[in-house]
Amino acid sequence: MSDSLHVPTMAEYAAEGKQPEVLFWVGCAGSFDDRAKKITKAFVKLLHNAGVDFAVLGTEESCTGDPAKRAGNEFLFQMQAMMNIQVLNGYEIKKVVTACPHCFNTIKNEYPGLGGNYDVVHHTQFLKSLLNEGRLKVEGGSYKGKKITFHDPCYLGRANNEYEAPRELLQKLEVELVEMRRCKSRGLCCGAGGAQMFKEPEKGDKDVNIERTEEALETQPEVIAAGCPFCNTMLTDGVKASEKEGSVQVMDVAEMIANAKDL
Amino acid sequence: MQYLPNIIFLVALVLGIGYFTKNIRKVIRNIKLGRAEDHSDHTKERWSNVVRIALGQSKMVVRPIAGILHIIVYVGFIIINIEVLEIIIDGIFGTHRIFAFLGPVYDYLIASFEILAFLVLLGVIFFWTRRNIQKIRRFWANEMKGWPKNDANYILYFEMVLMVLFLTMNAADLQLQRLGAEHYVEAGMYPVSQYFLPLLDSLSEGTLILIERTAWWLHILGILVFLNYLYFSKHLHIMLAFPNVYFGRVVPKGKFNNLASVTKEVELMMDPNADPFAAPADDAEAPAKFGASDAMDLSRVQLLNAYTCTECGRCTSECPANQTGKKLSPRKIMMDTRDRMEEIGKNIDKHGEFQPDGKQLLDDYITREELWACTTCNACVEACPVSIDPLSIIMDMRQYLVMEQSAAPNELNVAMTNIENNGAPWPYNQMDRLNWKNEA
Repeated sequence: MSDSLHVPTMAEYAAEGKQPEVLFWVGCAGSFDDRAKKITKAFVKLLHNAGVDFAVLGTEESCTGDPAKRAGNEFLFQMQAMMNIQVLNGYEIKKVVTACPHCFNTIKNEYPGLGGNYDVVHHTQFLKSLLNEGRLKVEGGSYKGKKITFHDPCYLGRANNEYEAPRELLQKLEVELVEMRRCKSRGLCCGAGGAQMFKEPEKGDKDVNIERTEEALETQPEVIAAGCPFCNTMLTDGVKASEKEGSVQVMDVAEMIANAKDL
Repeated sequence: MQYLPNIIFLVALVLGIGYFTKNIRKVIRNIKLGRAEDHSDHTKERWSNVVRIALGQSKMVVRPIAGILHIIVYVGFIIINIEVLEIIIDGIFGTHRIFAFLGPVYDYLIASFEILAFLVLLGVIFFWTRRNIQKIRRFWANEMKGWPKNDANYILYFEMVLMVLFLTMNAADLQLQRLGAEHYVEAGMYPVSQYFLPLLDSLSEGTLILIERTAWWLHILGILVFLNYLYFSKHLHIMLAFPNVYFGRVVPKGKFNNLASVTKEVELMMDPNADPFAAPADDAEAPAKFGASDAMDLSRVQLLNAYTCTECGRCTSECPANQTGKKLSPRKIMMDTRDRMEEIGKNIDKHGEFQPDGKQLLDDYITREELWACTTCNACVEACPVSIDPLSIIMDMRQYLVMEQSAAPNELNVAMTNIENNGAPWPYNQMDRLNWKNEA
């Protein structure tokens, strides 16, 4: 068990009568998807590094209901939401951080109407605040001077108008940030949103993730940076389809910072 | 007989404005068929949106060429309308250039109208070439065949003709002023139409008066016809853009409505004290339909959106599904909604109230394939220069498909069953949710 990370749960905190600084909402992808789990672990290492007192819900966490809602199943969404809100309110959670923009958007925007009011931040926003408070040090390290492009997740960017936090973190890594033609508020979707992740796409000329990956590759990056586990999967598949997996990596901003710090 | 022109003018004016009002009342009636929602929130932000997005055209200039051309035509349209006021007063009272007493102010007004009219003419010609010569892709999509394509061109021809008539009228007037013709007071500055004078040089006073009067009458009658054309065309946006922006989204784009009717049911389901066998009270309302299958199921703002859409296609050209060859086009969603509203409106005109016609928005206009191709990325909502939200209609129709018809694509049913049973869209056990911390 020497490799296991120290990840306290809310149940443990409650048993000791303690309240963490922030709840880390891991999300389904972050919990189960092999690629996304790496992002989860990198983020946990950064939280430890910055001395953040955090906890997770562990087995008490359940899907936020985002894919159900976007698929049109409002019943299932609200059932998931109300169950999660009961758990969160039971633990008197005040602040939530998550590495998934879909969880972020749902808890931040759609839970308040159902009785769940928390201060919700995306992990790039949280890391930025740790940086500003001087709790986290970020230096170029292995990414210094490398050409990197950032893919805006729809549910962080257009949906919630956050374009700068991930870019500020990348700039701290002293990378050469190159923008794609369609970026920020006009960024092209990776193709996974709206529950598309869980179904085959409709008939067309091309898959959305291929279109987006080709655009990212046009900037000739060494790394395509992402801020969403689903974008990450879609772009990784796109890079493989272009047979560029040997030269171009798709990485979450948190992973890049953790790598740069040799965590 | 001396007052014949005044009477003809008044009749034309009353008919023109009257018929337009009648049709606008139909638009309002049709929009009111939609669900009422409360929009008394965020008043300050709503007004600021109207100033910034509608009046200030802030979203138009995201695409600089079309944006700047549009601002020219828009400013021209608004300012030149001051001249229409003078034309109406002259027409009713048989006066000529009634505002001429303003002296130098009048000179500058006329001069600015002329310059704007000229710029509008150039702008509209440029617009026409973009559509018909340059053939910009968004103007040639599938839903733009037939009437929508012709409609767009008719509007441009109308505007070209109106501007040419306005400048012709001014040129003839100026020449008559120079000849010292009776009734033609010397007033105004004509920085554009003065260059037409050589063409009129050899004409007699009578011919000039004929040209001036003909241009004057065709110009004002043309405006009245154009006003009435709006209702039948995509061009209603020149009026509806303002209320549409006011009622547009003021919360983050990622925030989708939570259905209150569903909340009630879910609360009941989760209430341990609720009697699962309780019969509904006798006076209980019939449960509301979930989602939308027809235009009347949509909200009033969504229907206003449909009437406001001017089919510019910025939404469709930013849509990831459309860009990769899928059938979905957010613009078509708006056009279909409006077409269906018009069909419902005609049905009401004919029968006094809506008689079921065996049709609906779903399937007869918008196919399921289109609805399921959406990634909910909000690119269409971001792109719309007048705050139209095609995504909300797509979502309401998906809700109908899933909650009323259980007609989700099978793979989504699998994902949803997983969420319901084990709290994740994949078939993993919820008890394994923290296993990652022990995996190296």
